[in-house]
Amino acid sequence: MKSYKDYTQLILKINGQIRKVIVSPNDTLLHVLREKLGLTGAKPGCENGDCGACTVLMDGKPVKSCIILAVEAEGHEITTIEGLKDTPIQRAFVEESAFQCGYCTPGFIMNCHAMLNTIPDADYDTIKEWLSSNICRCTGYEEIKKAVKKAQKIAGGL
Amino acid sequence: MGSIGISAVRKEAKDKVAGRLKYLNDYNSPDLLYGALKTSTFAHGRIKSIDISEALKMPGVRAVLTGKDLPYRFGIYLGDKPPLAIEKVRYYGEPVAAVVADSQREADEAVEAIKVEYEALEVINSPTEALADSAVLIHENMDEYPHIDAIRPEPGSNIANRTKIRKGNIKEGFEKSHVIVEETFSFPPSDHVAMETRAAVAEILGDGRIVIHSTTQAPFVVKNLMGAYFGVDPGKVTVIAHAIGGGYGGKAGMQLEGLVYLLSKAVGGKKVKLVNTREQDMITSPGHIGLEAKARIGASKEGELMAAELLFMFDSGAYADYAVNISRAAAIGCTGPYRVPNVWCDSLCVYTNHPFATAYRGFGHIELAFVIERTMDILADKLNMDSMELRMKNAICKGDTTPTQSLLDSNTGDLKACIKRTAEMIGWQEGSRVVTEDGKIRAKGFGCLWKAPAMPTNTDAGAIITFNEDGSINVHCGVVEIGQGIKTGFAQIAAEKFGIDVEQVHVIMDVNTSISPHDWATAASRGLMMGGRAILSACEDAISQIKHTASQVLRCPEEDLHVWGGRVFIKEEEHIGLLVKDVALGYVYPDGNAIGGQVIGRGKYISRRLTGIDPDTGKGNPALEWTLGAQAVELELDPTDCSYRIIKAACTMDVGKLINPAMARGQIAGGMAMALSFARQEGFEFNDRGHVINRDLRSYKTLRIGDAPEYLVDYVETPQGDGPYGARGLGEQGVIGIPGALANALSRALGVPFNHLPLTPESLWKKRRDNR
Ligand code: FES
Ligand code: FES
Repeated sequence: MKSYKDYTQLILKINGQIRKVIVSPNDTLLHVLREKLGLTGAKPGCENGDCGACTVLMDGKPVKSCIILAVEAEGHEITTIEGLKDTPIQRAFVEESAFQCGYCTPGFIMNCHAMLNTIPDADYDTIKEWLSSNICRCTGYEEIKKAVKKAQKIAGGL
Repeated sequence: MGSIGISAVRKEAKDKVAGRLKYLNDYNSPDLLYGALKTSTFAHGRIKSIDISEALKMPGVRAVLTGKDLPYRFGIYLGDKPPLAIEKVRYYGEPVAAVVADSQREADEAVEAIKVEYEALEVINSPTEALADSAVLIHENMDEYPHIDAIRPEPGSNIANRTKIRKGNIKEGFEKSHVIVEETFSFPPSDHVAMETRAAVAEILGDGRIVIHSTTQAPFVVKNLMGAYFGVDPGKVTVIAHAIGGGYGGKAGMQLEGLVYLLSKAVGGKKVKLVNTREQDMITSPGHIGLEAKARIGASKEGELMAAELLFMFDSGAYADYAVNISRAAAIGCTGPYRVPNVWCDSLCVYTNHPFATAYRGFGHIELAFVIERTMDILADKLNMDSMELRMKNAICKGDTTPTQSLLDSNTGDLKACIKRTAEMIGWQEGSRVVTEDGKIRAKGFGCLWKAPAMPTNTDAGAIITFNEDGSINVHCGVVEIGQGIKTGFAQIAAEKFGIDVEQVHVIMDVNTSISPHDWATAASRGLMMGGRAILSACEDAISQIKHTASQVLRCPEEDLHVWGGRVFIKEEEHIGLLVKDVALGYVYPDGNAIGGQVIGRGKYISRRLTGIDPDTGKGNPALEWTLGAQAVELELDPTDCSYRIIKAACTMDVGKLINPAMARGQIAGGMAMALSFARQEGFEFNDRGHVINRDLRSYKTLRIGDAPEYLVDYVETPQGDGPYGARGLGEQGVIGIPGALANALSRALGVPFNHLPLTPESLWKKRRDNR
């Protein structure tokens, strides 16, 4: 196993690009994305794994970047909200007004995006299970549910 | 065309889904220094010593401050709070020292190296304890604190404010009552849990100007108070508010700004950033107020309310902040939206050793409504009357007077219509308690709401409109975008006035107190009404300027001109006219001569005919407008373990005029979700030493997607005569009636009165057991 001591250069693959960055072994991925790479789409909401605002994808799976170390991300494909362009779920979020303040939105979208890729026809129970890791304090979740349904339709070409 | 009543997409929607909208903490630069706070581990304690010597030696540390260095007291209404505790701490989590360092990590590490010794003092854990004769004083020197007139602190006690309502003759009212009910109610302090934690950045420029960036709902309040606290010329203070990641009232006061300015000052004016951790945001910064209350209500045999005697003891926590005004607002609206001829209310803001309270969505009304709506149901049971009918019978309407004896005019909403519609939506007639085949209980509960903004009598708003070369408009207003979609609402109002598409109206997202027209604060659900009025008046001002210039070119009287759809033209001869774009930046004749110059529309609004209230009786006219509505909840409960699922939450609100249906629904459904979460599962848990046990989002549980009910939302539109296109405020109101409605449904389900929040299955189970 590779061991990291003191500040180290990492090579991260983020949104399809190779990014070199100097990190301390105990820097979280969230910290490195935001403070060192200027990718501020992932948000700190609790830095304790409880709210999902910091969600990014690691090899297509949603992870909470506040409880992943940057060094753990080496060798994996990281996708952040900045790496999504006009995806069905983003369009659906706009069309269904699935946000108010928008602070939880990048985290929700990343999680939804991963879910839609993994289980395109997720039913309501599956949606509930996946999205229960994210908190939205503004909406009553109604529009988020609708946006997921709509994105399923858009992706299905309906 | 029509831009009112359509669900225009939020102006910032694309940026939000792309993760590109920047919130304050998203701005970073290499010249930033970072602050961190050392917080108290005692809820009430004398500070024996603070040792900062180790911290000062830590790498990267630029400054370490303690209360001794900062001889100030802040408070939006009552100046009781030092930026860092001086001599004693009054709540668990209170800041006692602060560090400035080159990086957040170094600042955090230095905080760990600070050593504080305390001597424990008696901890006051509730308003009742605080009001006992033998109670220790949390603020020994209250008599020295400056405060505004509307607030009445009682030095020598733990009472930071008492507001009195005396209407009619309470004694006679009860004498005439056939049925009287009396109950006590309570809920603990809790938190807003905005997903974005509070943050502030301050720097002091070479010429002494102070620039503050803050996650504030009230940049102008911050600017004004910065001037007042530090004796700085207010013109030298600039406060910038970016879009905010959720406010709900929690960011409406002066919070981190004063301290971060002092930190910047300690390092020679360099730019310092201070960001709350989630835990600090929950307990160190202020949260939602707690309450203990007693209600006694009398009614005639027919169910007509005769008298209400109400005692509210708000748990303000260690400092007064907005809580003193919340207790006042609760007194002003104390009866809920019901006609009560005889009212006696004492509303107290009481210091305890809990985290302190600030504004929270509903501002006094969600709290009072829980008390009133529960009491209404208890009364209905005693009268053997349907609880919805009892509400209908006593619903306040035009011509009635409020607890402050002010007359409700023709702008008053139609509460009865709201009750009727909500009853329909929730299926009230089909029965409010049904046992299903599998032994579950389905129950419904009702709760009405009303709310008026609690604000100074001179609350104002301003707007500026400028034009681009293509005739499109820029709208600039000092209301902060906190997720409510206000900028889009304003664009719709301007688009409607000019008869152009909403796309043709651009909005300025940030508020900058040196550039933006003055605006009181993004609070009290008054942004749409007051800001909207200011926008309309700015449009009118711009239109008259356009007409003035055009009248010279078209050689006709200004009065004969009309501006609509990007043109200015003669009313009866529409083909004679000019394009707005050719006039708005000055008209140029074919020979090159130019006239008129650019159009700058100026608009303003100031609340009309408001007064304070009489200190002995509460008589006065403090309310700009009342929004009325009716709500209901349906749930399904498993009687074996008292677990329950909320199936439906319904709300009908008289909004005056619907400006943007999607956003209105979002506000109302979101409000209901927040209130369900609060009433069902939120609230700080304290140990006997006053420590908050559940201070993170793992142990303090908010509503998640799987718990969300179906929302039923509808509107009544009785125009607010003085509102923009008849609209009135609706941002907070969705929360107000829900805690009462939920408690009513649960009380009906189990036949046990539930008067204390939160209503967790465990608490229901215990209460049922004790009741048997
Ligand atoms: S910030 Fe990562 S889960 Fe909350
Ligand atoms: S939109 Fe504000 S937290 Fe979800």
